[in-house]
Amino acid sequence: MNAIVTNQITKSFNGFIAVNEIDISVKEGELFGLLGPNGAGKTTLINLLSTMIRPTSGTGTVNGFDIVHDSASVRAVIGVVFQGSTLDEQLTGLENLDLHGRLYGLSAGLRKKRIDEVLDLVELSHKSGLLVKTYSGGMIRRLEIARGLMHHPKVLFLDEPTLGLDPQTRLHIWDYIRRLNREEGITIVLTTHYMEEADNLCDRIAIVDNGRVVALDKPEKLKSALGSDVIILTLDTPEDAKKFYRVCKETGYVSASTKDQTVYISVKKSEEAVPEVFKTAFTSGTNIQSITMRKSTLDDIFIHYTGRGIRDELVDDITYMKYKLQTKR
Amino acid sequence: MGAMLSFQTVYTMWLREMLRFKRAKSRIVGSLATPLFFLIILGTAMGSSYNIENYKEFMAPGIIAMVLLFSSIFGGVSVMWDREFGFLKEILIAPVNRFCIALGKAFGGVTTAMIQGVLLMIITNVFGVHYKSLLGMLLSIPIMFIIGIGFISLGIALATKIESHEGFQMVMSFLTMPLVLLSGAFFPLSKLPDWLRIAVHLNPLTYGVEALRFTLIGESEIPIVVCLVVLTSFAITTTAIGGWLFGRMEV
Repeated sequence: MNAIVTNQITKSFNGFIAVNEIDISVKEGELFGLLGPNGAGKTTLINLLSTMIRPTSGTGTVNGFDIVHDSASVRAVIGVVFQGSTLDEQLTGLENLDLHGRLYGLSAGLRKKRIDEVLDLVELSHKSGLLVKTYSGGMIRRLEIARGLMHHPKVLFLDEPTLGLDPQTRLHIWDYIRRLNREEGITIVLTTHYMEEADNLCDRIAIVDNGRVVALDKPEKLKSALGSDVIILTLDTPEDAKKFYRVCKETGYVSASTKDQTVYISVKKSEEAVPEVFKTAFTSGTNIQSITMRKSTLDDIFIHYTGRGIRDELVDDITYMKYKLQTKR
Repeated sequence: MGAMLSFQTVYTMWLREMLRFKRAKSRIVGSLATPLFFLIILGTAMGSSYNIENYKEFMAPGIIAMVLLFSSIFGGVSVMWDREFGFLKEILIAPVNRFCIALGKAFGGVTTAMIQGVLLMIITNVFGVHYKSLLGMLLSIPIMFIIGIGFISLGIALATKIESHEGFQMVMSFLTMPLVLLSGAFFPLSKLPDWLRIAVHLNPLTYGVEALRFTLIGESEIPIVVCLVVLTSFAITTTAIGGWLFGRMEV
């Protein structure tokens, strides 16, 4: 059975189409990733599925419940960890969890049991009596995840679960997410703009750009569709790069793209393709400054499908978080 | 189960406000300093300068109503801070009735406002303001509740429409201050020019001030029944509007 199905779901804000006729289905127990740059529409999609906003057109179901007509049933079976903190910072961790349990109708005994469980899971038992405003970013994130699990949701939405966290905490949170998915069988949908996060965690990935799903498959399938190696050429000028990029396209390499004076070419086997590339460069009169080879990453997939790198327009995370805080909503 | 769950929701939101109040206790008690200065300094000065008998007694119910107004509107508008700091999402995503959430929030805020009002009533009494009777003081408490509910719901309704700190400042200066000044908290209603009298009578806070005057000092210019009808209608109307707007809120 599918945990989530959307049918041509669309959301526009004052004429700006944030989510554009997206059709996806997520299987029960799947760890599903939405990958894309900031502003691609990932968060809007999560907000739609979690009934925080209503679609402009199209429909969707979560756990079989319609997100528009049966939003209360949807809300009862989902857990959501939003991008920013949604904790009450004036209260302690324990009080935040307790209020959550009450809102979800858990009895006093059950609340206590679940609170102990989830605090244990995210290793915050010893800090639960402190005010949340004294927590670090990682602790806040973990407490949010703990709270999202307290009512045993069938589907958990994680919006950028590791945004702005240090690498160690990130690994930690990845571990939780995997364990929740495997041991508890919770269907998880997460959004991220970190390639390695999607690659590491997800069973399937939907690449989202400008409100549309431009590719959807298992990470390894997405990668193998491109060829497993990438050849990176540095040329004299950006114009040269553009020209050579066009030549490559005509020559029929699996995929090529360009940025500044660099050209990326995806190939099956770089050892065999390099002489070919040299030959093409020679016949088209292009001068190669340097050449590098490496294995394909999801980054390359992203460039392939959207025509640009995921990091091109990406301010660093801290700047982005600050921006988010200033322009809340 | 529906009724039980609704009650649980209202109680949860009330509990949250109380937990926050517990931590902000000193700040909230400290906020009583300003109205006390008003009463002691302005009350004494006006009374003696213009030779008005019992001006402090006249002014005290007005000052209590003023504190209730500030505290309630602020409590309602705090929904805006909940949105700002994200907690509103946690509430709105929960599988509960949003009207109950708004109601719980209102009850929580009104409890805080009433604690302030009652404290101020006791403190002013200790400082030598004579109230008519203990019964009158006790009867003031339910009146404080009705005043508080009305304005807190107004605050909630405004918060669903306010998007920024500037908006919050606007509410405070263009709504709260005129409401206080136009309430008859500081002056009698009988000798006002027409335009001012009409404005004062259109102000729901006037009826709160008058009702408190009736219970605390035993005299009011507007009959207590009229006051109670107006205050209750105001509270029901704003609660309905506030609850409805809150239910339609998108984050």
